[in-house]
Order: sequence, then structure tokens, then C-alpha cells
Amino acid sequence: MNPRAENRGAAIDLDTVSKAYGSFKALDGVSLRIEPGEFMTLLGPSGSGKTTTLNVIAGFTDVTSGQLLVGGKSVVGVPAHKRNIGVVFQHYALFPHMTVGRNVAYPLTLRGIAQEERKKRVAKALDMVKMGDFAHRYPSELSGGQQQRVALARSIVFDPPLLLMDEPLGALDKKLREWLQLEIKRIHRELGTTFVYVTHDQEEALVLSDRIAVFNRGRIEQVGTGRQLYDQPATLFVGRFIGDSTVLRGEVKSDGTGTALTIAGETVSAPRRLAGEANAVMLLRPEKLVIRRPGRDAAGTNRLSGTIAEAIYLGSGSKYEVKLADGSTAIVRSPLAGESFSLGEKVELCFDGADAKLLPDDSTADTTLT
Amino acid sequence: MSALDPTTPSVPQRAGWAWRPYALTLPALLLLVAVIGYPLLTIVLRSLSEPQWGPQNYVWFFGAPVNLTVLQRTFTISAWVTVVCVLCAYPYAYLMTAVGPRARLVLVLCVLIPFWVSGVVRTLSWVILLQDSGVINSLLRSAGFDGVRLIRTQTGVVIGMAQVLLPFMILPLYSVMKGIDLRLVQAARSLGARPSRAFFTVYLPLSLPGVYAGAIIVFILALGFYITPALLGGPRSTMLSTLVQTQVLSLLQWGRGGAMGVVLLVTTFVLLALAAPVMRSRHREAGRR
Repeated sequence: MNPRAENRGAAIDLDTVSKAYGSFKALDGVSLRIEPGEFMTLLGPSGSGKTTTLNVIAGFTDVTSGQLLVGGKSVVGVPAHKRNIGVVFQHYALFPHMTVGRNVAYPLTLRGIAQEERKKRVAKALDMVKMGDFAHRYPSELSGGQQQRVALARSIVFDPPLLLMDEPLGALDKKLREWLQLEIKRIHRELGTTFVYVTHDQEEALVLSDRIAVFNRGRIEQVGTGRQLYDQPATLFVGRFIGDSTVLRGEVKSDGTGTALTIAGETVSAPRRLAGEANAVMLLRPEKLVIRRPGRDAAGTNRLSGTIAEAIYLGSGSKYEVKLADGSTAIVRSPLAGESFSLGEKVELCFDGADAKLLPDDSTADTTLT
Repeated sequence: MSALDPTTPSVPQRAGWAWRPYALTLPALLLLVAVIGYPLLTIVLRSLSEPQWGPQNYVWFFGAPVNLTVLQRTFTISAWVTVVCVLCAYPYAYLMTAVGPRARLVLVLCVLIPFWVSGVVRTLSWVILLQDSGVINSLLRSAGFDGVRLIRTQTGVVIGMAQVLLPFMILPLYSVMKGIDLRLVQAARSLGARPSRAFFTVYLPLSLPGVYAGAIIVFILALGFYITPALLGGPRSTMLSTLVQTQVLSLLQWGRGGAMGVVLLVTTFVLLALAAPVMRSRHREAGRR
């Protein structure tokens, strides 16, 4: 499907990898397979283990236990400089005492590549990131975005089968970040290398990735495409981390046909039930909720009353925050063509029970979001 | 980079106020003029005017081979002291950046404590350590080796001076090293550099400004050393300051002493000017956290 270059990427297998610092488990039995040529994003809040995973793959951190294969070979105990893996850092890490050209040539010089060949490859790498005219500049003379592009060129110039990127756009402003995201995507397509990308920004993860691994507290919560994570979150944490969501909590009653939730006197139901003992919550995406004035015919099977707490005009539509009877907040996105509502107005929220995801409650899912 | 660069803050300027920051340097400037500028001027004048106006003192200096030998030796000893200081201070300063705050405090104290002991006392301690029947030679002999001649030799002078001057090397080196982003070394590793290669291609070049700063301070201070070479050295390790002392205090030849001082000063300036292009680094400030 993709006009992708031949597959030159390495596969990565993490098998129950753990990393402990004293009693703190930075990684707690992480298993993940990354396919050759795949763009895999490790997504999670800070301290969730995503950067530790990257450092383990790069060889900057040893594992406490577990196995790590790159291209089918175990690299546990192999020092970073022998792994032949490109790494792009959030802080660029360009050598300030070398020109852009010498920075990019550095890995080639280390590999003893002759000057002719070196020049050619440096020029090619710099062209790929559109920095061909800057070879004689020093890093301090470049903007952050330019420096990061040079860093990217330096990490791909030696054709590593695997490129690791640790929040490479974290220090840049939004416009530049969005543009560079597309650049990174293009470069990934052109190279066919396996990319592992660490970020805490779920939008960035959705833009870039083939698949996303969501990290929380040293474990992987779920691995899947952006669509899978959005439509079928496996846990409440994933549901809340990816995209906007409304979480309904209440008194739960399950029977053979479905689950009913009573929230401050109002009951909503979904035609599904949750296996196991855990307390169920309902998770609803903002576009699955319909907002309307009370007392009219119901569009969906479920309705909840609330008050408009915030109305945000987004250009392509509007986003409302609706305060529900139990004090929680629902997020609703409605198209521009629909009715508009003002602050403090009493409204009803309707949804189809089939659109509600039933998930086991997890009190940590909310606190880790900040 | 350019006037359009939004990261460059524009400082509001009011006409006629531009000189104000310079006023802050006034106390230091007055002090310098009083204790350096004026005496220096008198030295230059005396070197040209005593006993009568003319270049006779300089003619005398360059006419006596012993003066030139001592001048050359002064620079040689100072260079050796600088080399010894760099070699001792570099790993020490690196250790200071690598250890935790508590151990760093201990290391800093170890550097500073000698500062609180007078130079004469320290030099006399070296006499005890280095003399022919001193601690080092006793240890060597009891271990079955021949004794070595340390006192009244150039080696002894270099050892003693290096010890006194070591803090002036360690402190600037440490201040530069603590600013080096160690993640750059990590980046070099990821690009395929084994640890020694990463050190020589990334860490060492970035630490050079500290080496240069420390080396200049140590070298210049060493040129003017008087007590240590006088106590630890012999007649074959006399440095220029001792000759100046003899001329001024024993022979009351203020003009000749002044001429020697001026020659030393000018030679130092020439050497620094020659070294400056090597030491100048356009991007010294980059690569800082």
C-alpha cells in the first residue's frame, strides 16, 4: 500500500523486560514485538517507562531481567556503540564544536568510511532533511527545528536498521512540530527503517504511528493502531489517554442482556456486560454523544441531564463541557451545523448504548493523566 | 542570528544611559590603576631612567648570558609546572563533576585547604619531604632503592610549584567541565564511538577552554614565583624573580630589576598572543546545558 522503500528495518523483540532501580520498577515485565520497517510509538505519561524502554533498546540502560532481540539477535550486554542503532534525542545532542557537516560525518568517520563516500552520504542525508545548505554552519547558529533536522540526518547517515527517537519534537513550538511530524513520516517512508518513537503527546502518536504501545507505570496497557486504541480501548487508562472521553460512573446492575448504570437517579444502559468482578464504568467518545434541549423526543436510547459548563468554538465545530447531575463532566463535540448552546443552559445528553465502552474501573487512570 | 530572531530579547535603550553599566567597574578600575597601573609605570620609567636616561639596563640584561639562561629557565619551569598541573587536575576535576554533592564537597575542600596554609609553610613542608634525608628518600632507601636527588633540583621546584598552583588549574577546569553536557558523550556512543573515542572526539575538545584558562593562570603565576624556587631550588634552578630580588634588594639596582620585570612581562604577552589563535574557540558557549 505504502510507496515504501524495500524493507531494510530490523525487528525488535522485548520479552518480559524489567528494569528496577532499587525497589522502584521502571519497567515491569514489558513484552513487545516491533515489526521490521514499522513505525512504533511508545506513548505514556512521564515516568511510565517509555523512555526507559528506549534507553534499554539503545543500550544506555541495562535490563534487570528479560530478553531483548534486535534483528533476531540478543543484544543484552552489548554496549551502545556496537549496536548500530540511530538515536535522536529531545535535546538534539549536536556536537557544538563541530560544523553541521562534521556532525553528520561523525558516525561515518568512526566507521572508517573514505572521504569521497563520506561527502556523498553526508550531502544525501542533509538533503533528505532539507538542510543541504547548512553544512558549514555551527549548531549554535541554527534554530531548534534546524538542529533537530541535523540530528536526524546524523542518526540516519550510517543507515542503521533501527532509529530511536526520544521526544524529538518536545522542545519545539506547535506549528514547527506539526510540520516536522510530516517530515519524519516522509523520511520513514523513504528509508524503510524501523522507527521507535517516544512521546507523551497522543495526537503526535496518532499522526505518526503504524502502531502505538501505551505505557503506564512500567507496563504496556495496550498495543494497537490508533484506531484500535480509540475505538476499542482495553483499559480505562488507554481510553482516557487517547482522545477526549467521558467516563460515566454509577451504581452498576448487570443481567443477561446488558449493563445498567444509575447516575444520580438517571439510568443508562448498554447491551454488553463486563466479565469478572470489577466495577464497570462507561466510556463515551465526544462524537458519540448528542446534545439537545430537554423535553424533546429522544434520539438515542439513553439520556442524561446536565448543564453547559464550557462552550468552545473550534472552527470545524464546537466542543462542550457538560456538567452532569453527579458532578462529573462530559465532553461533547457537535458539528457546526447543529444547534448552539450557551453557558449555564440545561441540556440533555443522548447516546446509543451500543457506542458506550464498558471498562473495569481504575482509579489510577484519572490521577496519572495530569 | 538576525534582527528577526524572536528569541533575541530586545533591551529597551535610552539615549545617554549606555555608559551606566561601565560605572559598575569603577571601583575595580580605580584599584587596578592604583596598585598595578601606577607601580608598573614607575617600573618602566625606572628601568629607563636609573641610573641615567637610556636603554642601558636592557643592554645589560641581554648582554649577560646568565640572564638569558635564567629567563629561558623561568619559562621552561613554568611550562613544566603547567603540564604537571594539567595532568593532575584533569582527572581530579572530572571526578568532581562525576560524584555526588557530598563527595564533591570533600574534593573541593581538599583543593581549598592548602590555600589556607601559608605558601612558606607549604614550601618548608616540601623541603622536609624532598630533602636527601627526607621522607621520600628514607622510604625509597628502606624499600631497597637508591635515593633520588630532589631538593635543589629543577624537579623539586616543579613538584613544589605544581602543588601550590594546582587549585588554580582544578577550579577553572571544574567550572568548564560541569557545564559539559554528558548526553553528548552518550550521543557519540550511539553513533558508534567506543568510550575512549567518545572522550577524545567530544569530551576533551569541549573541556579545552577550561584547560586553556587554567593553564594561562598557572603559567603566569608560575613565572613570578619566588619563595618556592628559592627554598626548593639550587643555583641551577634559579628563576628570574630571584635575580630581580638580588638586583633590587642586595645590589640596589632598581633600574636593572625593573628592566627584568619589563622583559618578563613583554615576553609573557608575546607568548600569550602566539597562543591565542589556538585557544580561541568560536563556539565555546555552545553545548552547555
